[in-house]
Amino acid sequence: MKHSGIVIIGAGPAGIRAAQTLVAYGLQPCLIDESLRGGGQVYRRQPENFTRSAKALYGFEASKAQAVHSTLDRLQADIDYRPQTLVWNAEAQTLDTLHNGVAAQLPYTHLIVATGATDRILPVPGWTLPGVYSLGAAQIALKFQGCAIGERVVFAGSGPLLYLVAYQYAKAGANVAAVLDSSPLSAQTRALPALLGQPATLAKGLYYRGWLTAHGVPVHQGVDLQSIQGDQRVHSVRWRQGEQDKTLDCDAVAFAHALRSETQLADLLGCAFSWSELNRAWLPTRDAFGRSSVEGVYLAGDGAGIMGADAAEMAGELAALTLLSDTGHQVDAARSTALQHKLDAIQRFRHGLETAFPFPQNWAANAPDSLTVCRCEEVSAGEIRQTVEQGHWEINRVKAMCRVGMGRCQGRMCAMAAAEIVAHASGRDVASVGRLRGQAPIKPIPFGVEVAP
Amino acid sequence: MALLKRLAEHDRDVLPFTLDGQPATGLQGDTLLTAVLTRADSLRGSDFSAEPRAGFCLMGACQDCWVKLGDGRRVRACATLLEAGQCVSREPGRTL
Repeated sequence: MKHSGIVIIGAGPAGIRAAQTLVAYGLQPCLIDESLRGGGQVYRRQPENFTRSAKALYGFEASKAQAVHSTLDRLQADIDYRPQTLVWNAEAQTLDTLHNGVAAQLPYTHLIVATGATDRILPVPGWTLPGVYSLGAAQIALKFQGCAIGERVVFAGSGPLLYLVAYQYAKAGANVAAVLDSSPLSAQTRALPALLGQPATLAKGLYYRGWLTAHGVPVHQGVDLQSIQGDQRVHSVRWRQGEQDKTLDCDAVAFAHALRSETQLADLLGCAFSWSELNRAWLPTRDAFGRSSVEGVYLAGDGAGIMGADAAEMAGELAALTLLSDTGHQVDAARSTALQHKLDAIQRFRHGLETAFPFPQNWAANAPDSLTVCRCEEVSAGEIRQTVEQGHWEINRVKAMCRVGMGRCQGRMCAMAAAEIVAHASGRDVASVGRLRGQAPIKPIPFGVEVAP
Repeated sequence: MALLKRLAEHDRDVLPFTLDGQPATGLQGDTLLTAVLTRADSLRGSDFSAEPRAGFCLMGACQDCWVKLGDGRRVRACATLLEAGQCVSREPGRTL
């Protein structure tokens, strides 16, 4: 199918709503997605021969997930939908893609970048052991494959996903050994006023928490996860709570501290970045309408700052309306304004969440020298500190010297943690150490790719 | 020993494959990661210490679940669905 020159990258809630909006105005966008069936990570669909209900998979979010999925299903006849397609490079007017081992170039006039997020990881000793997964991974194992990550699972870290995934596991019949929340109860109490702005979301969070306690799952707060122990795989976790050291046997651990945006493509496109204190990250700058700093490039969803799935749907629609308006279409301005107001309200709630689940400020100071920070290149916290001692503090320079963030994942798992260690060791604030530059290909591609004619 | 535990969706077609040359089975709709880790506890050895790895993010970001297929392709086990007759091999990794 010949598309209209508009390409959307990412078929999660943002990308799907953007496509729907463009189609409603008579345009035929191309929607590219790396995954098999669309929906993004949050509404990831199980394989076609699986039979669990949407309620079983998505709980309270079942109707939202189904609405997003059915929208994508309906759109497929009207758009150029390309699942299982990796965008591995992005330049002005051209994307480089890889599908089924075949590389191709895709020209565009306008682009909506909706690349989503991954877990934000603060490594702990033992995190490379088999049986240790990110919180998002634990959820995908269950949602997408009907599996638990182990027989006896500990959930650790912080953020809304912590309680949600623990609840989903227990509900599906897994043995949840404990939930270890790094944030203290006092922080959650302090955050209540801001959280009350989105009472339904707050209520769900409290429900998961309450359900776990009612079903005998131990929930510990103010926990400092010390290590995950094991030889060839996980056999226990050790943590500190106040003055006490505790150990618990388990064969699997899922952990993360909220989410981080996938920003590589925005970077390759030349989008300006600015520091977000709320996300504690450098993010591609977007205006209130979803425009990036580059003409013709729009940003939507968690890929430009973590706001969650509901916000992603709105931001996808808003970015599409802005694109339409910028290209001379008559759009409903009142709809744009309404979406902006709703997004503002969610942003205020996000500030509340950050208060409830604060970033553990002492993480870098407490990380032992022996801790593996970069799991691809096996670079330790001590090696990063040595690099800082040699006078380096800019993150790309540190990468050049000790290879942290230089491996196959391009720093997706370690760059944030490495920046924290560099900042702490050099006495700078984390914003000033900078961000890793994106490099094409943004994910490994095979040597012998066929090139499409 | 298995790493992952199946909790649901047990009633699916059985697909034969080989793991490091040994006969094995998975279920239709399994990723390679699921098919391997429901019967073994790692996917690869790391490139610097040969220590066992079993993936981490399950969403195609961490690049820590690569396995080799009989046709020479290296694929991410978390993002590749199992097909009947596939020959999956695990790379032992390297030490410095």
